[in-house]
Amino acid sequence: MSEAMAESGLLVRLEQAAPIPLAVDLHCAPGELLALVGPSGSGKTTLLRALAGLYRPAGGRIRCAGETWLDTEAGVCLSPQRRRIGLVFQDYALFPHLSALQNVMLAMGHRGAGEREALAREWLARVRLAGLENRYPAQLSGGQKQRVAVARALAREPRALLLDEPFSAVDQVTRRRLQRELALLRESIEIPIVLVTHDLDEAAALADRLCVLHNGRSLQSAPPERLFRRPASPEVARLLDKHNVFEGEIREAAGDAWLQWGPWRLRLATPPAVRGPVHWYIPPSDVLLHRRDRPSRGERENPVEGSVSEMVVLGGITLITLSFPHTRDSLRFEIATHAARRNGLARGEAVTVSLLAAGLHPMPRKSQGESDDDQPS
Amino acid sequence: MEWTALGVSLRLALATCLLLLPLGLWLGRALATRRFRGKALCEALVALPLVMPPTVLGFYLLLAFGAEAPFGAFWQRLTGSGLNFTFGGILLASLVVNLPFAVQPIQRAFEGVPTHLREAAWCSGLSPWQTLWRIELPLVWPGVISALALTFAHTLGEFGVILMVGGAIDGETRTLAIAIYDRVQAFDESGAAVMSAMLLAVSFVTIGVVYGLARRRGGTYE
Repeated sequence: MSEAMAESGLLVRLEQAAPIPLAVDLHCAPGELLALVGPSGSGKTTLLRALAGLYRPAGGRIRCAGETWLDTEAGVCLSPQRRRIGLVFQDYALFPHLSALQNVMLAMGHRGAGEREALAREWLARVRLAGLENRYPAQLSGGQKQRVAVARALAREPRALLLDEPFSAVDQVTRRRLQRELALLRESIEIPIVLVTHDLDEAAALADRLCVLHNGRSLQSAPPERLFRRPASPEVARLLDKHNVFEGEIREAAGDAWLQWGPWRLRLATPPAVRGPVHWYIPPSDVLLHRRDRPSRGERENPVEGSVSEMVVLGGITLITLSFPHTRDSLRFEIATHAARRNGLARGEAVTVSLLAAGLHPMPRKSQGESDDDQPS
Repeated sequence: MEWTALGVSLRLALATCLLLLPLGLWLGRALATRRFRGKALCEALVALPLVMPPTVLGFYLLLAFGAEAPFGAFWQRLTGSGLNFTFGGILLASLVVNLPFAVQPIQRAFEGVPTHLREAAWCSGLSPWQTLWRIELPLVWPGVISALALTFAHTLGEFGVILMVGGAIDGETRTLAIAIYDRVQAFDESGAAVMSAMLLAVSFVTIGVVYGLARRRGGTYE
């Protein structure tokens, strides 16, 4: 990250032991959308509230657009009013006694009284609410309320936009539409955007980067594609709902390093950075089923044999679980249901799959001292 | 109709409402939005006049207002006059008696304002005062009107405490409720009836206002 970017973006470092443990280190560049993901109770909302100035953590620094919002060592903690943030609440928190227009105008105290109404109408038009300016929140649908909340947050002309589960209170169809609108709106906003969500698909679809939180700790920040293929630890993989995590060992002989998994010697696409016992992960998309009627290309790449222990048909796709004699861990992948049928897959059948080298991702085994965060809080 | 007694009653009710309004707003809002040690005790103290027999409350106030008691002595030094058997005395007593009627409806109203709305106002750049004026008060006003109506009606009808603290000094502490009692004691039933009808009407209108607002509050924004 360049110095200029650091100055104009959002920089956050928080440390707190109690009452809610926090150990967060993240940044968000102008125009970037960073999604905070993690299970409930992972500290996502607390972190967002700390950014907004609604929660004061015991220790840390928050800088945004060159301003210091929080510096506990220097005794600086700006109020929400002085931080100039736009916050979209999960329940939208529209003022029920004010019309959509008045809700937006209320956030424009930084503008002259004469220009507020025209600008507020513009903001409402940008979120496709022209014509509904005089409606009260009770007269708006869930999706319309969310749009008013977004318009109100942006009308403040904030230094950062914070979104707290903004799509959780609407139905699936509205959600898709609102997500698309946010993606479009983003193109014209040059400020850091932080989105809190527990929906990984939503985060992957909307965000430039994801930050995985667990028990108040930021475990990994990375673009979705990288995060989903290369989780930093088995814990991150588990939090991302990734199943295929195994134990193995990186061995080396005659300048060649490979991943030893039970009886199998698995080739890696790139020389591994770690040696010795590891956890390793493979995305389901990198598991290839060998056709049972005739051999196909690519079968030499890390073939392993297991038996089908579970088959779940979900419409057009079938989730296959393979188990192996040497480990209790099982391998999951999905194939087209017609392919499963054609191959005569059934529970108990022995099959061979290729574990594509490009997908194999060894992770250092956690040392003893780091295992504290697996405790239920 | 004893117009002097009615005048004392109205003066007392208006003054009680005016003084309890800021106190009720402050205390009601604090009890609704803040968490602090001793909050339950504070709420119990506010509610105490609801359950205490008026004569018992009046008795303690009489003791506290006396020149020998610390509070009475303090008041004497401050103003140069005593509290017992004066309008100031029954006003103070009325403030104490009406505390729950003023605080509780306002507290309930503030409790009905979601915390998120306050925070959204702050994040929109509104100062705490602006948040109170532009967001909270417009949302809690039915509770405030309820509090004022209840306080007003209850003050007009208060008898035991006023009699204990104020006696029945004409033009000073003799309220309409006490006048009604005096008339009945003097076998002037028609005089008592006119004044009773008057208090009945005021009470009825008050309760009507409170219930009307309660329905309105429930229906406006949901």
